[in-house]
Amino acid sequence: MFTEMHSLYEWAWVIPALPFLSFLLIAFVTKRSKGLSAAVSILAILCAFGLAIAIAVGVIGSGSEIVKHPVITSINWLDISGLKLNFGTVVDPLSTMMLFVVGLVASMVQIYSVGYMHGDRGWSRYFAYQSLFAMSMLGLVIATNLLELFIFWELVGLCSYLLIGFWYHKVSAREAAKKAFMTTRVGDFGLLLGILFLYGKYGTLDFVHLAALMNGTAQGFALAGGVGYITLTAFLLFVGPIGKSGQFPLHVWLPDAMEGPTPVSALIHAATMVVAGVFLVARIYFIFQHAAPGALEFVAGLGAFTAIFAATIAIAQDDIKRILAYSTLSQLGYMMFALGVGSLTASMFHLMTHAFFKALMFLGAGSVIHALHEKQNIWDMGGLWKKMPITGTTFAIGVLAISGIPPFAGFWSKDEILSAALQNGHPIIYAVGLFTAFLTAFYMGRLFFVAFMGPEKKENHPHESPYWMTVPLIVLAFFSTVGGLVALPYHNFAYYVRNYVSVNGVVSLEAFAHEGMAWGLAGISVLFGLAGLVLAYMTYVTETIKAEAVAARFPGVYKLLKNKYYIDEIYLWLIHNIMDGVGKVLYWFDIHIIDGVINGLALVTRGGAGGLRRVHTGQLQTYALVFFLAVVVVFLAYTMGTGQVSALNPLAMLGGVK
Amino acid sequence: MPATAVQGALAQSPLLLFILLAPVAAALIIVFLPKEETKMIKIVAAMGTFVALALSLYLFFAYNRVAGGAQFTLTIPWTKDLGVNLAFGVDGISLPMLLLTNLIGFSAVYSSWNVDKRVKEFFVLLLILITGVMGTFVARDLFIFFLFYEIVVIPIYIMVIIWGSTKRVTKEYAGMKLTIYLLIGSAFLLVGLIMLYLRAGSQGHPTFMFDQLAQRQYLYGPNFQKLVFGLLLFGFGTLISMFPFHSWSPDGYAGAPTAVSMIHAGVLKKIGGYGLIRLGLMVLPIGAKFWAPLIAVLAVSGVLYAAFIALAQKDLKYVIGYSSVSHMGYVMLAIAAMNTTSINGAVAMMFAHGVMSALFFSMIGFIYEKSHTRNIADLGGLAHQMPRLATGFLLAGMASLGLPSTINFISEFTIFMGTIKVFPVLAVLGIAGIIFTAVYTLRVIANVLFGPRRPEWDHLKDLHGPELVPLVVFVLVIFAAGVIPNLVFGLVNSGVISTGLAKVFETLGQVQIGGLF
Repeated sequence: MFTEMHSLYEWAWVIPALPFLSFLLIAFVTKRSKGLSAAVSILAILCAFGLAIAIAVGVIGSGSEIVKHPVITSINWLDISGLKLNFGTVVDPLSTMMLFVVGLVASMVQIYSVGYMHGDRGWSRYFAYQSLFAMSMLGLVIATNLLELFIFWELVGLCSYLLIGFWYHKVSAREAAKKAFMTTRVGDFGLLLGILFLYGKYGTLDFVHLAALMNGTAQGFALAGGVGYITLTAFLLFVGPIGKSGQFPLHVWLPDAMEGPTPVSALIHAATMVVAGVFLVARIYFIFQHAAPGALEFVAGLGAFTAIFAATIAIAQDDIKRILAYSTLSQLGYMMFALGVGSLTASMFHLMTHAFFKALMFLGAGSVIHALHEKQNIWDMGGLWKKMPITGTTFAIGVLAISGIPPFAGFWSKDEILSAALQNGHPIIYAVGLFTAFLTAFYMGRLFFVAFMGPEKKENHPHESPYWMTVPLIVLAFFSTVGGLVALPYHNFAYYVRNYVSVNGVVSLEAFAHEGMAWGLAGISVLFGLAGLVLAYMTYVTETIKAEAVAARFPGVYKLLKNKYYIDEIYLWLIHNIMDGVGKVLYWFDIHIIDGVINGLALVTRGGAGGLRRVHTGQLQTYALVFFLAVVVVFLAYTMGTGQVSALNPLAMLGGVK
Repeated sequence: MPATAVQGALAQSPLLLFILLAPVAAALIIVFLPKEETKMIKIVAAMGTFVALALSLYLFFAYNRVAGGAQFTLTIPWTKDLGVNLAFGVDGISLPMLLLTNLIGFSAVYSSWNVDKRVKEFFVLLLILITGVMGTFVARDLFIFFLFYEIVVIPIYIMVIIWGSTKRVTKEYAGMKLTIYLLIGSAFLLVGLIMLYLRAGSQGHPTFMFDQLAQRQYLYGPNFQKLVFGLLLFGFGTLISMFPFHSWSPDGYAGAPTAVSMIHAGVLKKIGGYGLIRLGLMVLPIGAKFWAPLIAVLAVSGVLYAAFIALAQKDLKYVIGYSSVSHMGYVMLAIAAMNTTSINGAVAMMFAHGVMSALFFSMIGFIYEKSHTRNIADLGGLAHQMPRLATGFLLAGMASLGLPSTINFISEFTIFMGTIKVFPVLAVLGIAGIIFTAVYTLRVIANVLFGPRRPEWDHLKDLHGPELVPLVVFVLVIFAAGVIPNLVFGLVNSGVISTGLAKVFETLGQVQIGGLF
């Protein structure tokens, strides 16, 4: 099986090439025809998705063979003195899973967009950007080295910028796009430094080579200059994911990114691009394993903090997309701490299931917004389930999945994360994760009960969305329901996505099925999820608990949450006062001091010239006088020099003549 | 040594002479055209620069990268007693600069397509300017190099004060500042060059040839090298707008007409970096090593200083003016790092920045020409009325902030790679500059292109016809060279290796090690 599929794996570059071709086609040929542009784009992504499925089938069949020997195809990209870089594709279980997830969500989102973007003036531009994004994201997941990954990493950032600001006539969209780019740029600064540090020491950025060098134990360590250097590099590299995957304190851009069209939020800001940071940490997991334990503990701590931090904000938000955005931040924190507690596979599992149900919920929210003519406040909605049965039902599946209710997808992956946290000796993080699960269920229940149940609003005339939009919802709902079951036969997602682990210096393939399903732990997390949902039901449907009364009892807390802990305000203050202030001060310095010196020199020169100009009187007599005087002076100087008229020389009196 | 000279003299190629003469011929034809025939004048100018561009593209692909060294050489002895030769030739370092000059020269003609004031004089001066800049890059003789450099200054001064624009400072002030500043710089340069020439000829056979000057390094003692490199550093450093000698640059660009801003920011200031590599590093390496730490500190200060100032600007041209000061800091940092990787990055960065800034200035020129304002607060939402111009502006901005897939990214990356080992702390500070570059670039893009539609700009017509040429040319180059970096880097690398720079650095490294033990 492995060898037959080998030649197929070498063609993996076609997967990102197809959407790129479609981008070029739309930009240069079909942009005037709406139908053709959409057709080209969707056809390209569907073909790419088909190829991804073919590769996935092959990789699952290959088993552990392909984990040990990933199929790498590469060509030289840059070859200069002191810097050699390749470009290529790698096919291993991790990249295959990502190809599948990205291909699936991207195709669903593009199909959905046909309905959602109906009548938009920027139609062709929209599909061109979608294709460009698909190319960049698919290229990112099959990159063979860090620089290649970084290039696609920045390109997805560009697409995110363009798509957040897609409706560029809106000032809010424009500002949000700018904010997203700038914030992630801060992260990229660290990532770039990390890449430079790595290359400086190892002379390669290739994942496989780097892993081999580091796994080469003693020799590798001597070469590396010890754990300290690797730890520093790991921290620097991790700054990139903090920005891209919205970890605290660089999370501020993601909620604002909801200014983009909703399908974009589903694809880029929920299912794919924002998980690139998690994916990157997974790709270079070996670096964190070789670094001091502090590195992974930091990842775990920051992830757990982000998870609970974002979840608490989500409770007090009213905008349907912003609730989902904070929920995404929280779930990203989940994936991050899963990596931190040492379970690469649990993190990847959650990445996959989250892509299914979060994309589903975003598209569902888009369907609602579409039906209500751009209304996004959940308190303006209500009773939508009856009017929009498909959207309502699929959304309910998404809520159950994210709340960790069996048998939906989120249950399996969340459980794997929580049990990994507890079993690997991180009880505090386990507790935080469990409480976050409760909060998640609560705010998701709040969203669902307020928007889809309860009394209908008279001013709304919702109707079910067209098939272009509901079919993708159904497909994603299917995956959100059964997607978690893939872990069942082997009790663990590690069967599909594994990594080399180093235990006490011995490197081996991560075992799967090392422990059975922890049913006891799973039961506890299900209880917490159910508790959240029930609490939300009591508060917002039966109104046994009065939400207003609770908010009124803790006005400070409510205000703090409502205003997202004032992080944005702090940043704005820093930008406007510190950064711009420095700019203004330096500009003053430049004009008045640096230029002042130059202008001063020019003035002195001019002044000097003005003085000298007076010498040129134009009167012959003056010239003659000056001439005569000069002759006298020259004569005197000459004679003094030779000592002939020493009597006239005052210096001579003082000992000039011995 | 004589063998190569003979070989060089034997393998004469007239191609470079043709490239130099093409714009001159066009200028001559224009002189004889009646001044009312403005369209004809523009077409002739475009044809002259096109021939030069086509020929330099041919050279770019025909250059033998494996053999390296100076190729397409032409050597005509001029004054034997002084040792002046009319010597032309290109290698991997000068050829990208030559191509850059012609890319920008060709596009500058189209960026000036709507000039209607003294059209004839404008294009004659523009063509002379282009020839002068080209001459400095193809010269293999110091005397010729300096001669062409001085030719450049005159048309620039005239063009700024006649066709320039008055904003924060008057165009007369801007033109005067630019010219005097550069002339003072070149006065120091001249002293240095004459000292070098005299020392090199102190044992007979005076010469101005770059390669022979470099071969006679044994004649230059450490103190002599330090002194002369110091003079060169002031001269060339001023030209490349090294902090704190940069203040001519933003004012000068703001006052200058579009074509002059493009050529000045795009290629002319690169003569500074080129000169420092060709003369400073290759001829006076010990002097360079002495000054390197100071250069690095000034360079990084310049990167951050200018980036912060760019944040506070209200005029579009000032933003790009300070941004170019900031970007040139990276080139200086790379030169100071003195290793083959960093010099690769420096040359590529000069090429990349040249294309990017020319595109930026061209787009700003069109905005100003159509709307008569460059004040950022007065503009806004231009993407509604001028989508093509917005595309060009956006892509220039992306190149400016070093987006991967543009040549600017990989050039910056190479520079960082080359410098981080030599000056780790300074390099990290310099790399932090990418954040602030992103901030001011994105702000300008957002405030000029996006936002609600402004009815007062509804009369603006999008780029069309000849106006599209700069956009197409530059965007093509930025992305082609960025996606296939070996295109440019292969050539630059061949230059760095084959011109003996690699050897120089190797020797310097050994000297240092020898000194330690």
